[in-house]
Amino acid sequence: MLIATPLLIPLLGMLLSLALWRRPTAQRYTALFTTAAGLAASLALLGQTLRGGVQTLQVGNWPAPFGITLAVDLFGAIMLSVSGLVGLCVAVFAVQAMDRARVSGGFYMLFHALLLGVNGAFSTGDIFNLYVWFEVMLMASFVLLALGGERAQLEGSIKYVILNFMASALFLTATGLLYGLTGTLNLADLALRLPQVEARGLVTALAMMYLIAFGIKAAVFPLFFWLPASYHTPPVVVTALFSGLLTKVGVYAMIRLFTLVFTGEAAFINTLLLVVAGLTMVVGVLGAAAQWDLRRLLSFHIISQIGYLVMGLGLASQGGLAGAIYFMVHVVMAKTALFFVAGILDRIQGGFDLKQLGGVFKARPWIAALFAVPALALAGLPPFSGFFAKLMLVKAGFEGGQFGVVAVSLAVSLLTLYSMSKVWQEAFWKPAPADSPLPLQRVSAWLWAPALLLAAGGLAMGLLAGPLVDLSNLAAAQLLDRAAYITAVLGGVR
Amino acid sequence: MNVLLALVVGVLFAGGLYMMMRRSLVKVLVGMLLLSNAVNLTIFTVGRLVPARPPLIGLEARQVLPGSADPLPQALILTAIVISFGMTAFAVTLIRKTYQKIGTDDLDSLRCTDLPCPDEPDWRDPGEEAH
Repeated sequence: MLIATPLLIPLLGMLLSLALWRRPTAQRYTALFTTAAGLAASLALLGQTLRGGVQTLQVGNWPAPFGITLAVDLFGAIMLSVSGLVGLCVAVFAVQAMDRARVSGGFYMLFHALLLGVNGAFSTGDIFNLYVWFEVMLMASFVLLALGGERAQLEGSIKYVILNFMASALFLTATGLLYGLTGTLNLADLALRLPQVEARGLVTALAMMYLIAFGIKAAVFPLFFWLPASYHTPPVVVTALFSGLLTKVGVYAMIRLFTLVFTGEAAFINTLLLVVAGLTMVVGVLGAAAQWDLRRLLSFHIISQIGYLVMGLGLASQGGLAGAIYFMVHVVMAKTALFFVAGILDRIQGGFDLKQLGGVFKARPWIAALFAVPALALAGLPPFSGFFAKLMLVKAGFEGGQFGVVAVSLAVSLLTLYSMSKVWQEAFWKPAPADSPLPLQRVSAWLWAPALLLAAGGLAMGLLAGPLVDLSNLAAAQLLDRAAYITAVLGGVR
Repeated sequence: MNVLLALVVGVLFAGGLYMMMRRSLVKVLVGMLLLSNAVNLTIFTVGRLVPARPPLIGLEARQVLPGSADPLPQALILTAIVISFGMTAFAVTLIRKTYQKIGTDDLDSLRCTDLPCPDEPDWRDPGEEAH
């Protein structure tokens, strides 16, 4: 039953927020407990998956492949734990950072709904169910993005809604056609039946439809334009939540589908993925280089980092997938921490414009350190998490003989370092501009504690890289061992 | 019947995508509606269209009539309809709210996400300028 708890706890959180609709303060503190419980449940599930292999639950006791299946393997459990961690950190940050009007407007209900959708996508073993969880997540994100109704938010939401609607329509069409082709929706059953389909051309076309649908959600080149148009518009709490979870669900779905279901077209898809990965990295980091608004700059870095994840998938070896999994955990922590620091800077100096920020290193050295750790991790410097993540990917790239994408990934690391040093230079080192005096107000612990937790997590991931790399390798090996997943889901049926 | 539905789906997809690429937000909304119906009809067609062969198992029989329609896609469509209904309702609200705030439904004037945001609506009717 443990497998369902990452879904039930956010659902409970939603209901509690609705019950406490007229008590915003109570909602804030309830969210702390529900997200902490969610993290604990996900970690417990991770432990159980480590001991007992793929965990499954046939909902309503309908045997697979006829009923709805929940199936969590090690990769899924790691993603659930990451989403639990992000959930908890965002809930802590939101206590101070989320304004009362938006809380009264239902922020916490939507926040839990988003976590529910994300966790559902990570734990389902059924492709139509995956679509439904995607929609749950998307609906919550639509409203979160528009909540508050500022002009930029509304405009960003329109772009976000329209492009994500396209992705959903493609996803649904592909799922319908896939069902017509194979007569099943269960991922494990699909993995068995798809190789027997005669019309290979149609299978490749379906794989491409899924690639585009998930590519839009994951914001890969050339489908990422909705992201820099919308992510910087809502309050920074919402952006931190989105940057930690939303695009990662797209990448998760890609990894799940292309390692489990669409394996017959590997050569073609993998080359395409590597090209897309390289272009995503380059375009993202170059876009970031041109930005002077901290939130926009960080949003472009989300895109650039997605490229590394796709690269790990495109390498299609155990090393590459292990690198992608380790990278995923690293990048979620680093990016969320960076957005938190951006929020703190906004609190201190009232803005995100790098030209008007400055002097924070002198006035608040601790905040500067909180920025430096995830920023260096993102750039991939030792001994932080990003170094080992990139090392794993580069090593897998060399083993696979993909020197082009390896070269690109290293060059992009340098550019990331450039971009981070620009922020450091402008926001922290430069003396404060005359027109924006640094108001000497305290930064509440509710704000810095989650950023500290994530930064320390990134540092720990670097210092304790050994066991965590082993864990990623184990998860990658489990991803490649399709037979074990299929047996765990279909079990006694055949 | 299959050919007819394939044509309908094709026209709906083409019309929907065309409308989604228009500049006016209301036309984009119409495009979204057409597109979601196109998707639903695609799934409907996938479930095999045969007359007079309900997917029911008779009292004496042990399985459905051979070649009968598959009922599952229709259940999938029901889910999809509910989801697209919610999406459309949200999109209508969003577009209305945006129109109230900005005073235009022209997608090209939604530049606020890229440029500094003016306090007042900065949109003028092109016809007005001509006078």
